[in-house]
Amino acid sequence: MVTVLLLLLPVAGALLLLPLKGEKAKQFALITALIQLLVTAYAWSGITDYSKVNFLFDASWIPSMGVHFKVGMDGLSFMLVLLTNLLVPFIIASTQSEKFKKASSFYALILLMQSAMLGVFTALDGFAFYIFWELALIPIFFILLIWGGENRVKVTTKFFIYTIAGSIFMLIGLITLYLNAPERSWDIANLYQANLDADTQCMVFWFIFLAFAIKIPIFPFHTWQPSTYTQAPAAGTMVLSGIMLKMGIYSLFRWLLPVAPQAVADYSQLIMILAIVGVIYASWIAMQQRDLKTLLAYSSMAHVGLIAAGAFSGQLIGIQGAMYQMFSHGIIVVGLFIGVDIIERRTNLRDITLLGGIRNTAPWFSAFFLIIVLGSIALPITSGFVGEIMLLLGIFLHNQWMAAVAGVSVILGAVYMLRMYQKAILGPENETNGSFKDLTTSEMLLIVPIVLLILGLGVYPKPILDLTESIATNFLIK
Amino acid sequence: MEELEQIVRILPIENYLVLSTILFSIGVLGVLMRRNAIIIFMSIELMLNSVNLLLVAFSTYMQNATAQVFVFFIMVVAAAEVAVGLAILVMIFRNTRSTDIESLKKLKW
Amino acid sequence: MNMYTIFHQISGNALLLVLIPLLPLIGFFINGIFGKSLSKTLSGAIGTLTVAISFIIALTLFWGLDASFSPFVVNLFEWFSVGTFKVSMGFQYDQLSALMLLIITGVGTLIHLYSSGYMHNDDGFQRFFAYLNLFIFFMLVLVLGSNFLVSFIGWEGVGLCSYLLIGFWFKNPAYNDAAKKAFVMNRIGDLGFLIAVFMIFFQFNSINYIDVMESAKGMASNSPILIAITLLLFVGATGKSAQLPLYTWLPDAMAGPTPVSALIHAATMVTAGIFLVVRSNVLFSLAPYTSEIVAIVGLITALFAASIGLRQNDIKKVLAYSTVSQLGYMFVALGVGAYSTAMFHVTTHAFFKALLFLGSGSVIHAMSGEQDIRFMGGLKKKLPITHITFLIGTLAIAGLPPFAGFFSKDEILAKVFMHNPIMFWALAFTSALTAFYMFRLYFLTFHGNFRGTEKQAHHLHESPLSMTLPLMVLAVASTLGGFLGMPAIMSNYNGFESYLSPIVSPSHGEHPSHMFEYTMMGVSVILLFIIIGYTRNRFATKQVIPVDVSEESGFAKTLANKYWVDEIYDTIIVKPMLFISQKLHQFFELQVIDGAVNGIGRLTNYGSQALRLIQTGNTGMYLIFMVVSIVLILLFNIIS
Repeated sequence: MVTVLLLLLPVAGALLLLPLKGEKAKQFALITALIQLLVTAYAWSGITDYSKVNFLFDASWIPSMGVHFKVGMDGLSFMLVLLTNLLVPFIIASTQSEKFKKASSFYALILLMQSAMLGVFTALDGFAFYIFWELALIPIFFILLIWGGENRVKVTTKFFIYTIAGSIFMLIGLITLYLNAPERSWDIANLYQANLDADTQCMVFWFIFLAFAIKIPIFPFHTWQPSTYTQAPAAGTMVLSGIMLKMGIYSLFRWLLPVAPQAVADYSQLIMILAIVGVIYASWIAMQQRDLKTLLAYSSMAHVGLIAAGAFSGQLIGIQGAMYQMFSHGIIVVGLFIGVDIIERRTNLRDITLLGGIRNTAPWFSAFFLIIVLGSIALPITSGFVGEIMLLLGIFLHNQWMAAVAGVSVILGAVYMLRMYQKAILGPENETNGSFKDLTTSEMLLIVPIVLLILGLGVYPKPILDLTESIATNFLIK
Repeated sequence: MEELEQIVRILPIENYLVLSTILFSIGVLGVLMRRNAIIIFMSIELMLNSVNLLLVAFSTYMQNATAQVFVFFIMVVAAAEVAVGLAILVMIFRNTRSTDIESLKKLKW
Repeated sequence: MNMYTIFHQISGNALLLVLIPLLPLIGFFINGIFGKSLSKTLSGAIGTLTVAISFIIALTLFWGLDASFSPFVVNLFEWFSVGTFKVSMGFQYDQLSALMLLIITGVGTLIHLYSSGYMHNDDGFQRFFAYLNLFIFFMLVLVLGSNFLVSFIGWEGVGLCSYLLIGFWFKNPAYNDAAKKAFVMNRIGDLGFLIAVFMIFFQFNSINYIDVMESAKGMASNSPILIAITLLLFVGATGKSAQLPLYTWLPDAMAGPTPVSALIHAATMVTAGIFLVVRSNVLFSLAPYTSEIVAIVGLITALFAASIGLRQNDIKKVLAYSTVSQLGYMFVALGVGAYSTAMFHVTTHAFFKALLFLGSGSVIHAMSGEQDIRFMGGLKKKLPITHITFLIGTLAIAGLPPFAGFFSKDEILAKVFMHNPIMFWALAFTSALTAFYMFRLYFLTFHGNFRGTEKQAHHLHESPLSMTLPLMVLAVASTLGGFLGMPAIMSNYNGFESYLSPIVSPSHGEHPSHMFEYTMMGVSVILLFIIIGYTRNRFATKQVIPVDVSEESGFAKTLANKYWVDEIYDTIIVKPMLFISQKLHQFFELQVIDGAVNGIGRLTNYGSQALRLIQTGNTGMYLIFMVVSIVLILLFNIIS
């Protein structure tokens, strides 16, 4: 029941806050998100075995098709539920309610989105999964379209159609699975047993993969991402990069790798090459970007590319690393975008060639932002390092040359992130930011926990690793 | 009535078939080739009636009244259609001063 | 595992060992978080004392240590583990780490003390101490780590601190560039390190030093995997220890405050590469092929950097190239298998190079920030303590007996001679170059007439005690440090070598004959005096002032321009990278990939445009379509 509670709580919060206005709406949303986090913590204490599905809820939904509303959390699902519920309060708190027209709708949409994403992470029924997957797209569509930047309509349309196009293929893939499964049921266990011949397996694999590859995004299906991140309002970008793209990677593990083992074995090499090409490609492009958000979009793409490569490496360390890095990347990327949002709020600028000199008047902000940046370039004792080293080792055990190429991203990452930090934060004062204020108390409350999480998980990552350890191990046994 | 049936049967069924096919084809060609809406309309009626003729002929030969029911059906529908269709035609004529279907291109891209 | 059990397990010596890195970390937090509210005195005291206490602890631990001591490992907690890949947060204490602990905390304490005087007028005083403490912490983690990855924490951590401290004056974009360059070049090496760690795990299924060295002992010599591992480790070492081709960041790193140059870029961090090789000396011994490469790279670097040092006019740049050159020396020693000799040189070099840098800092301090030796001269009267200590440092690096550098350098030369006489001659030539540029520096700075401005002349003063005291201590160490490891001919007991014997495999190869050693010493001392005489005559008596870079000609011009290495790197690597980046984005990303995506959208649009034309609006056409379709359907039905 806890799972259902987690799914319904944000919806209830969203409905209740609709009549509120401005700051009140934000506070209400924040309280809802915090309660949600508490419930998650409570759920964590109740989980005994991470390898089993906990808090299972199973109700018949459409009996004639064998559709069930079946949700539950094993360690992997719970880790992402935890990530979602951990990040949403930060995302809500980072916004400025007065900046939004119709603030209540904005926060309601964020909460709805939270619920839909939780649905994706907990669904154990193919049909319910698909519904949640598409449901998550609706709030972000409106968030982008109503509160986005000046080029929002074009960008949102592209994002929406691109993602939907992928989803349609996934639907066909899922239906094929359903039709070939031993029973007329959408239950995940049943779909896993679908008996597919080689050709069908190949088709199902590519169809489902396409949807995830667009969401993750894997090179070359990524071009929606930079423009969308750049045009979206800051909170939207955080949701997209911090949580939504994890939907793609999570779903790889839950809905793709187990259903088509033969096709995975055949094509994982190809996909790893694509992912690693994407890592280098995105890093390389990031070196010359000027817009902070675009730069971070490419950097994020480089990181998730590595995660995808690890996921397909077929090595325990790579898979565990991919799972861990999902969590770590979510925190770091949200931290980065919070930093960018603070800069943009004060200076109305995102172009790093015009910025600079922030360090002079804002030492705390610069220090914390540096730690987050270092997390992103995987310096030891940040959470990014733990994830990255496991991923690279996993890839290495799969193929040494791939690891050597992927490892170059370690160097390129340092190049573009430090360039960004240097141009945006360091340097002499200039007229646009001579009066850059340091962090206010509320911003401190926002950024310090993120920094502590990054450092804490870098020194002692065990709690999160434990969540997925047995899942990753079982994964390989299958 | 018996007498009438006898008269109908004097000719073999093939003759009726040929006649109604000719009539139907004339109707089709009329629809395709004429541009005057009223004449097209009449050509459609001609097609309907050629079918009616065939139905009646078969009905008589087969000693089965069902087809005749169809004939009445068709006539009723045709009448209703004429009422609506002619009304539309009158409206078109009022608006365009013409019954040429070529003038009705408002829906073209 | 909770904190209680962690501390419960650790007691006695282990607790002391953990305290050594912990104290500077605490110092970092105090200075970093409360920095602005602390007075400079208090902040400096906290920074210095935490390191000083660490030094005392390290000394206490060191007391109980001899060659029979077997390494002990403190596992704090399990950092992370996946399957068989288990990484514990563990510290290993043995002869090697004990030695490094002493160097780091000892020299570190002195430099902290020095900084409290040197940086006294800087606004970022507290921040500076915070960074320094953090650096000490990471450096200690590096040498204490019980496995490759814990060392890697320190390895990258010191790189970070180096980045922060080089760019300490962050308002200057050039300094920031230098900082970024240092970090990125180090990262190139770090990638080598990382992949080496992966290979080690792949081969030995463990990354703990003890396990790896134990299982490596049984392996065949020159097996491909060992060569690969050692080569990659060496790539890591070239980054951190500024060897060819990754050395260019070190001269630029002189942008940082001078104590930083002394601590990080001379005494400690740059020797991390040597430490790493010594730490894994079992692997290197089993890969003679790699060792040969190490020796050759070290030799070329030594010669190359020394030759550049001949024509530099910035006091810190000369010392920087000298550091690169000396590090090259150490790698030559490593390459010929003389690991303990390399560590010996690390130790003596830490003393005299820190001394020289601090001395140069004192000079710069007195000259109000002037670093160009062409505008110095005659400082010996105004800065007596700095002068004497700097002279001692110069004599030590030049290798005059009985100063520290003589013993370590002589030992390296002797070992190299036994390995390969050609290398020996090249290295001996490098020694002569070293003596030349150091005395050139010394005479130009301290002798002759003062060539600075009136204002500077008026301002000239000896530095305060907080700065001169470290100079004096280091001068003593540079004088006496050599006796730690006397060569075989002078004493039957080489303290250094026997001390490190449990760590390093005994250096193979014979000692050269006594006759040879005496001859070598004699020749080198005579040569040294000739060089001193020549430089004194040229730069002190005749007062020949070096010309500006732009006026140099011939080979000297190449030297003064540092062989244009930076320019070459810029042209063949940096610029093309950026150019490709631009093109990738503008052409490939936006035109090709995104063009394809948008193309699909556009195709749909065009398709609908084209199909729309069929809707002519001509009723007759529709009717014809209809009839033709019906006829076709009928025909189709009849046929099938």
